[in-house]
Amino acid sequence: MSRYRDNPEAIRNLVRETQVHRDVYVDPEIFALEMEHLFANTWVHVGHASQVPNPGDYITTTVGAEPVIMVRHADGTVKVLYNRCPHKGTKIAIDGCGNTGKFFRCPYHAWSFRTDGSLLAIPLKKGYENTGFEDSEAARGLTPVRHVVNYRDFVFARLNDGGPTFEDYFGESLSSLDNMIDRSPVGKLEVAGGVLRYMHCCNWKMLVENQTDTCHPMVAHESSAGTAVAIWKQAEAAGITQKPMAVEIIAPFMSPYEAFENMGIRVWDNGHGHTGVHHSIHSNYSAIPGYFEAMTGAYGEERAKAILDEARHNTVYFPNVMIKGPIQLMRIFRPLAADRTLVESYTYRLVGAPDVLLERTLMYNRLINAPTSIVGHDDLEMYERAQEGLMARGNDWVNIQRLYDPHEADQPTAVSNGTTEWQMRNQFRAWAKYMTMSMEGADHAG
Amino acid sequence: MQAEARDVPSDQDLLAFVAAEARLLDELRFEDWLALFTEDGRYWMPLEWGQTDPRLHASLMDEDRLLLQIRVERLKGNRTFSQKPKSRCHHLLQASTVDVRDDANGLYQLYTPFHYVETRLDEQSLYAGWARHTLVLVEGVLKIRLKRVDLVNCDAAFGNIQLFM
Repeated sequence: MSRYRDNPEAIRNLVRETQVHRDVYVDPEIFALEMEHLFANTWVHVGHASQVPNPGDYITTTVGAEPVIMVRHADGTVKVLYNRCPHKGTKIAIDGCGNTGKFFRCPYHAWSFRTDGSLLAIPLKKGYENTGFEDSEAARGLTPVRHVVNYRDFVFARLNDGGPTFEDYFGESLSSLDNMIDRSPVGKLEVAGGVLRYMHCCNWKMLVENQTDTCHPMVAHESSAGTAVAIWKQAEAAGITQKPMAVEIIAPFMSPYEAFENMGIRVWDNGHGHTGVHHSIHSNYSAIPGYFEAMTGAYGEERAKAILDEARHNTVYFPNVMIKGPIQLMRIFRPLAADRTLVESYTYRLVGAPDVLLERTLMYNRLINAPTSIVGHDDLEMYERAQEGLMARGNDWVNIQRLYDPHEADQPTAVSNGTTEWQMRNQFRAWAKYMTMSMEGADHAG
Repeated sequence: MQAEARDVPSDQDLLAFVAAEARLLDELRFEDWLALFTEDGRYWMPLEWGQTDPRLHASLMDEDRLLLQIRVERLKGNRTFSQKPKSRCHHLLQASTVDVRDDANGLYQLYTPFHYVETRLDEQSLYAGWARHTLVLVEGVLKIRLKRVDLVNCDAAFGNIQLFM
């Protein structure tokens, strides 16, 4: 029985001002509708242009539940194609990344396609003469995703024809991406160092919410960060003075509530937002020899300082991406099922900066985001407990009320106390909007 | 001559060391296990097939003594909720091969294919891989300078791996 399909009113009723219904996390029909609507109406991150530097280079990935190929076309532009042969549906590429040369060739019947998707050749093509083949879907080749934007090498796609423009959708939130990219003295990033892949038996939105949840680190991570702080104190007492990079990375997770309150949270329209407006857990890392000099050489001292003083903690790009500018990493929360999410953590090299920065980036990623990470274990335990706990129907509602302001819906952009759950509410307002915007027509038609 | 011969570990001694190390882990005696490492000892679990660089390529684990000690302490912590209830593990080792015997420097490398099971609550995960131990003699006692653990599916997506392989 379908409760939510073609029923935008029922969807909107799941999101109240200060709480959301548990169905948004556990209901398989809601998940299917998220794939169909939310991930088609929004701009979803596909990949980074540095992953496909040369014509014919490609990666395979997904937008929501849909398999796509991101490929560098012969003309130098980056294309996104649905990863299915127009003939029988076979995935054209499955191996993550590679170079396909001048064309893709389906391994099933050898149909071939140019790197913009257009049909190149079919063996024994005379079998299609006088069949009206030229009017078929298949004759058009691999279907391209029509709405693709390459923003400073970050490639985003919107699957539906409707929905906001890229500029309207992201607006000022692009300042976080800009800051991450500007941290390279030449203004360029490269995906580097491999991707950490971590399977979570929980809903993808729990992870997105947790990115701006500043009241959990000192509690949930007491086991990892608290232990690290305690052991480092012992080491210091024993006379070790050089604080290891690993301790510099983990210890700030134990910052007190006050530090997180003062850190600040900024929200933007369409569900984007970030922690760390004024300072963050990334503020007090040691200087890397040679880096500041390279930055001042490139930008001048004033601008270099402005770029590096920005210590934004986690920036959420709704629906399913988080970046850490000062660390140069991106986490993608890939929805697989209502209770299953693959977290991919990508890292970037700041082109023109010392290698030690990439080393720190990779260490951060390993210590915090790997399936072997003790900080990751702390978080996943909480998500999985919540996924199971939300099967209880005695209380249908999840509370996101902390520091709620009844006027906040009128303020698409605002800066607030760093422990507010405003950004979570912001995400759910966007969720309801993009879940239902392409349902209206179906509603009227039905 | 006899005395010198006694200072050099036999192949049997080396194999027994690797087996005993796995047994400590299976018996959850993590502090005893940690004591097997040299002061500069490392536990490395690469992310990439045939990985050579632990610094500018990500690893699953690349832990020095300090990080290993944090893990061991955390496992017994009162507020370590991901270990309530605790995980258990089981090593099934193939007989090790002594790949390098450098008696002059007291340095030995062993190669040990394994199956490893980690379990918690109703979940059980099976991993397969190869352990490569670099052992050194420190004042006549064998210690681990490097334990490298390569998983056959090192680049797959995993859930929590909380203990040590």
